Amino acid sequence: MEFGFAEQIGFRALTLLTFLPALGGLVMLLFMRGRPSAYKATALVTSLATFALSLYTLTVFRTDTAAYQLQENFVWIKSFGINYHVGVDGISLLLILLTTFLSVIAIIGSWNYVKDRELGFFVSLLVLETGMIGVFTAMDLFLFYVFWEIQLIPMYFIIGIWGGARRIYAAIKFFLYTFAGSVIMLVAILGIVWWYSNQSGVMTFDILILQQAGFPSNIQFWGFLAFFVAFAIKVPMFPVHTWLPDAHVEAPTAGSVILAGVLLKMGVYGMIRFCVGFFPEATIKAVPWVMVLSLIAIVYGAAVSLVQPDMKKLVAYSSVSHMGFVTAGLFAFNLQGIEGSILQMVNHGILTGALFQMVGFFYERTHTREIKDYGGMARPLPVAAAFFSLFVLGSLGLPGLNGFIGEFLILLGVFQYAVVAAVFASLGIILGAGYLLWMYQRTMFQELKNPKWLELKDLNVREIVTLVPLATMAFVIGIYPRPFLEMLHQPAQNIMTQVEPYLAQKESIFQLASSFLGGF
Amino acid sequence: MEDMNVIVPLIPALPLAAFIVTLLVGRWYIKDAAHWIPILAMAASLVLSVFVWWNIRGEEHPFVIELWRWVPVGDFQVPLALMVDQLTSIMLLVVTGVGTLIFIYSKGYMHDDPGYYRFYAYMSLFAFSMLMLVMSANYLLLYLGWEAVGLCSYYLIGFYYHKPSAASAGKKAFITNRVGDFGFGLGVMLIFVTLGTLNYTEVFEKVQAGGVGEGTLMAIALLLFMGAMGKSAQFPLHVWLPDAMEGPTPVSALIHAATMVTAGVYMVARSAVIFASAPDAMLVVGAIGAFTAIFAATIGIAQNDIKRVMAYSTVSQLGYMFMALGVGAWAAAIFHLMTHAFFKALLFLGSGSVIHALSGEQDMRKMGGLRSRIPYTYWTLVAAAFALAGVFPFAGFWSKDEILGMNFKDGAYVVWLVGLVAAFITAFYTFRLIFMTFWGRSRMDPEVEHHVHESPWSMIGPLVVLGALSIVGGFLGFPPENGVFHKFLEPVFEPANAILGVHHEGFAPLDLVLMVVSVVVALSGIVLAYWFYVVRPDDLPQKAGARARVLYRAIFNKWYIDEIYDATVIRLTVDGSRWLWRVVDAGIIDGAVNGIGRLWDLGGAWCGPCRPGGYRITP
Repeated sequence: MEFGFAEQIGFRALTLLTFLPALGGLVMLLFMRGRPSAYKATALVTSLATFALSLYTLTVFRTDTAAYQLQENFVWIKSFGINYHVGVDGISLLLILLTTFLSVIAIIGSWNYVKDRELGFFVSLLVLETGMIGVFTAMDLFLFYVFWEIQLIPMYFIIGIWGGARRIYAAIKFFLYTFAGSVIMLVAILGIVWWYSNQSGVMTFDILILQQAGFPSNIQFWGFLAFFVAFAIKVPMFPVHTWLPDAHVEAPTAGSVILAGVLLKMGVYGMIRFCVGFFPEATIKAVPWVMVLSLIAIVYGAAVSLVQPDMKKLVAYSSVSHMGFVTAGLFAFNLQGIEGSILQMVNHGILTGALFQMVGFFYERTHTREIKDYGGMARPLPVAAAFFSLFVLGSLGLPGLNGFIGEFLILLGVFQYAVVAAVFASLGIILGAGYLLWMYQRTMFQELKNPKWLELKDLNVREIVTLVPLATMAFVIGIYPRPFLEMLHQPAQNIMTQVEPYLAQKESIFQLASSFLGGF
Repeated sequence: MEDMNVIVPLIPALPLAAFIVTLLVGRWYIKDAAHWIPILAMAASLVLSVFVWWNIRGEEHPFVIELWRWVPVGDFQVPLALMVDQLTSIMLLVVTGVGTLIFIYSKGYMHDDPGYYRFYAYMSLFAFSMLMLVMSANYLLLYLGWEAVGLCSYYLIGFYYHKPSAASAGKKAFITNRVGDFGFGLGVMLIFVTLGTLNYTEVFEKVQAGGVGEGTLMAIALLLFMGAMGKSAQFPLHVWLPDAMEGPTPVSALIHAATMVTAGVYMVARSAVIFASAPDAMLVVGAIGAFTAIFAATIGIAQNDIKRVMAYSTVSQLGYMFMALGVGAWAAAIFHLMTHAFFKALLFLGSGSVIHALSGEQDMRKMGGLRSRIPYTYWTLVAAAFALAGVFPFAGFWSKDEILGMNFKDGAYVVWLVGLVAAFITAFYTFRLIFMTFWGRSRMDPEVEHHVHESPWSMIGPLVVLGALSIVGGFLGFPPENGVFHKFLEPVFEPANAILGVHHEGFAPLDLVLMVVSVVVALSGIVLAYWFYVVRPDDLPQKAGARARVLYRAIFNKWYIDEIYDATVIRLTVDGSRWLWRVVDAGIIDGAVNGIGRLWDLGGAWCGPCRPGGYRITP
């Protein structure tokens, strides 16, 4: 094993990374009941240690290969061919870094947010972190599925227990949507494992082996469809996105930050790993369909954002639009599109995470999220307004900030696939400026809406501490994205290699349209 | 040339440093002294720009310095690189020169403003962005500068953010520009997809080498021009510029007259090779320019807000620059860009001085008789007015006349005629402004009149310098098409001119005839204004307005363009979005989801123990 953990780093870094947060949570649960300062400090230290560890793995990570690195592989359930197999490539490591980074931010950000059953809240956040990291490291389908389900549960609790007024509705909607996807995925997982064991006589859940299986067209079609639906719900793509606004509005701030920042990315990550990895032929055949859905998501999400009266819902719908860019870039299947798409996931995590964080800060002060209740907030809260404008601008793709790099690469990729698609997607950028600036104008600018707001206090040090790293990253990726892109060159090339044999079958949107019209 | 490696990056870096320092500590430490760092940074950049100008004159090849590789993905490799050639050097001098003067002026104008440090911070950021825009060596970095100046414009238009009109105007400017950038961005992508590079030198070499289809080149040119229409406020994307006057006056002078709005002109001139290879696109550029020139000029006649008159005048003058570009008169366009920067900045700063003297009054109907009360302001403004009206030998005469002359000689008689009529209207509204403001009897409020005072020296000084430039600046372009200015720029436009097959003849009798026609037209505009607003100010304007009632109302209401947009595009977008949200999202999709949930509930009722926790899923 060329890229085993032993040669690279000398200890089981990925396992430690995955379970450290849950371990911290367990310690808190067992020994720190009723001692808020102790368990909060532990939560913070745990998340910081996890983040530090993820940075440390970066130092041994090699960007000159597409191979999975830091691999650990041992038998778990022998009779079913299930292994505990973990490893990372550039894509998963980047998303793990995003996860550990945002987890720290979310924990500091919700320091005083939760009043009730606080210990449970922080434990949930840490368990959630374990689940998310596990999803990105798993190289065994069964292991992947376990983590996929693990992260569902704490999120369900975070929304359902610490959420807003309609939290039960939102939590169950979230759960049912995602659970429906999970069930479909489970059937598909069992299906392809069964098919493979019939063919080769070996039962295995190992992702690397299954990627080499060469599934026949009909299996590819059904397999792709099942995995795609499961992941599309997670992204979420139009028209299975309606759980997202409700979940966001009801979720506590930390929940929204993690949900938008990381959870949505698991959908696209799954598409890259499984749809492309297992079913490259079916994936390529689906390109025009996915492209059309992505374009609808871009414009539709932006348009619906424009008319939202609730700030948090506005940001939630903007996620639908931004994730539309991500899926469009990926399914353009060229280097610019793919790398732009993955980088944009990181960017979206940073910017939208920051926007949700800030909406949370405003809410803690005013106890309202209705845009019409705000207005003129730049006067009492100048520092907050400055940070808010930075994230708004990053989000609408201002050059010099991170959003632009991803968006431009995606558009460039989509342009090479079909000019008309790029034109349509660019409309989303105009609308993006529209809904974001309009919201900013109505909340931060104009006359002071409520004299009470004059007494509000500007951001405190703790809040600024959560925003500065996010702002710094927005600048760094905007001005010097190279190190991030370098992590993606090899994996993106790898994706291209996987789909290479089928690229000739890639249909354009025109062909899709004409086959439609031909049917009438 | 060794020094250039240090000096060139320093030019934008100094204002950037000024921005960062002023923004971070201005609020708490610098406060009232916030002007010093930005002014010094700007002046230093000016000195360095002069040095660069001296170094680059006569050089055949541009100076390029690559700072770092910016976005490398596959075959898409874009460096963060700066480039200086003669065109850049002119832009550098204009931006830093006019910029320094306006920074000094602002010390007097903005001094009592509570957002003093914020103003200087944004202005420095603007200077940085504008310098990056003109110094970029590729289209992606140009795009960065392009959007960044737009951002500064957004902040500065909305400087008085508590005023809803100012906050709205900033947003309108940004979004209208986004519409233009929609095209611009696609144009940049099309360049890359077609030519495999975004670096200027490589792009132009490949276009010159041929092999690119004319249709593709035309598409690129038109898409780029769409961006220019947004940034340089050409019809139908001009609507944001008049509203941008909500910003403080020095902002209007620097950003919305002298520099940022000319970025579109710069960009088209920069891409001269592409446009020269797509003659049909040039036709569109010229036509839009000519239409905008006369269209905006007509609106200028009927406005009463002194800054709005100037705003429409700027739109109209930018139209002239595009008229020049439309016939391949690249140098003439840049020449007009420069003289316009002098006299229009002066007009704005002068208007600012008037507004300052009148305690904030901007309505010309409440002015009058200010000639002797604020003489420095008056005389410098008169110099600028003559320049704008195009009277010999003021700066605007040379540049505008050259544009008209080149259109005439190119056979674009319609454009020439439109330009000439627009010149007549320009002379009229310019002197309407002068006469209404400074001549006749006073119509000021007594309270305001009591406080009238000439502005401090920090404001008058820049006015005098710009006044001098407005008087003599035009001689750089003498003789027309062949002046010092044109010779200096020759290496830049040589390739484009070669494609078009342009060759300059000497000064001919025809030039003289055209010049005389121009001057006569300008003078008759002034005379008409004199007759209207000095001889018979009490009845003639009203009578004329009543006689041509429909026309008057149309131009007074800016040809109802804003109303049309509100009723169509904006309304459609907002109502359509609301429909998508209420009907599609909440109705159809969520209806289906909740329907499934309801089935679940029914199942729960039928099978009580299966229902977890007794929750109802449906709300």
